[in-house]
Amino acid sequence: MSPHAEEEDATNAYQSLSETTGHDDPRWAFGSGFEDVQAEIEAPVPDGVDAADLAEYCLMLGDDALVCSHRISEWVSNAPELEEEVALANTALDLLGQARVLLSRAGHVEGAGRDEDALAYLRSDAEFRNVGLAETGDDLDFGVAVARLLVFSTWRLALLSRLVGSRDPVVAAVAAKGVKELTYHRDWAARWTLRLGDGTDESHRRMQAGLEEVWPHVEELFRTSEVEHRLVTAGVATDPAETRGEVDAVLDQVFAAATLTRPDRPGRGTLGGRGGRQGSHTEALGLVLDRMQSLARAHPGASW
Amino acid sequence: MNEPTPRRTWPLYEVFVRGKRGLNHVHVGSLHAADDEMALHNARDVYTRRNEGVSIWVVRADLITASSPDEKDPFFAPSADKVYRHPTFYAIPDEVPHL
Repeated sequence: MSPHAEEEDATNAYQSLSETTGHDDPRWAFGSGFEDVQAEIEAPVPDGVDAADLAEYCLMLGDDALVCSHRISEWVSNAPELEEEVALANTALDLLGQARVLLSRAGHVEGAGRDEDALAYLRSDAEFRNVGLAETGDDLDFGVAVARLLVFSTWRLALLSRLVGSRDPVVAAVAAKGVKELTYHRDWAARWTLRLGDGTDESHRRMQAGLEEVWPHVEELFRTSEVEHRLVTAGVATDPAETRGEVDAVLDQVFAAATLTRPDRPGRGTLGGRGGRQGSHTEALGLVLDRMQSLARAHPGASW
Repeated sequence: MNEPTPRRTWPLYEVFVRGKRGLNHVHVGSLHAADDEMALHNARDVYTRRNEGVSIWVVRADLITASSPDEKDPFFAPSADKVYRHPTFYAIPDEVPHL
């Protein structure tokens, strides 16, 4: 046997772990998959693109991922089965990885010295740019959690698949990686929607109730903000209104297979034309931030 | 709230993963799932989340026929002293690492 027999044991399924994801590898902590995170994030703003708009857009995409990730992570230690808990934690971490890169990019482009932590932990709710769907709580009702993730992942996958060609290299890179992640999230949520919707009377009732609960937040997903309008022209953003056809088609297909009914509930209105993209949120976001930011605010600069 | 009905436990599955560089699927553990398809997805979530694998097999644990510890001696002891059964008397070429 060779002296490296142990290192070379090809039948050890876990060996690649220590080779590719040592703790010195920044990708391990970042969850971004980028070769050189810092260089990516500090790439120059593309010609003809307004830096303030780009920073704002990165906040929108980043805050959607960050806040939704936090909501999903509330299931850790609370899920009905260990296996599903790990699945939910994986999903939350995928979204957190996307958020970290996007918030870092926002902070860099903004140029005011704020890093991802400052943006995640030291902003007030009115400074967040996520859509209302991301902040919606589920009170640990699995039907609501599945419904929220089904709608969120279907919509975000439609967005990211259109952003792969964005002129901003960071947005494009997050999109390219995110498409694979969101495809799995959507698959997971659709499977559970099917299982519950086409299951027992009780599971059908609760899955339908979950959809009814999140439905008022669907309308906002297709509302185009002024920042997005300008960045569509600049070749950086995609128009969310254009994802409606794809999202509707996917959801209708899932609903039909799951014997569920598309909810008929009016969308949550805006406040003087302002919604989540303009910093107008439901009180649910305040509750998320209370918990998410408490440690960073109680112990500024803490690390471990 | 109604009295919760007693839960039936999901059946146990055994999980086999083929690593990136590995040749064989190897047993990595077990999990519970309601059916085969869910078992495959749960295996992806539980056992390949650190980039361990490129292929997964799952099989219901009750479908595996296993040797019993009682049969250990008649099964395995007779092969312990048959050194000539090992192909150690051949020179193995360097380019055949997994013989």
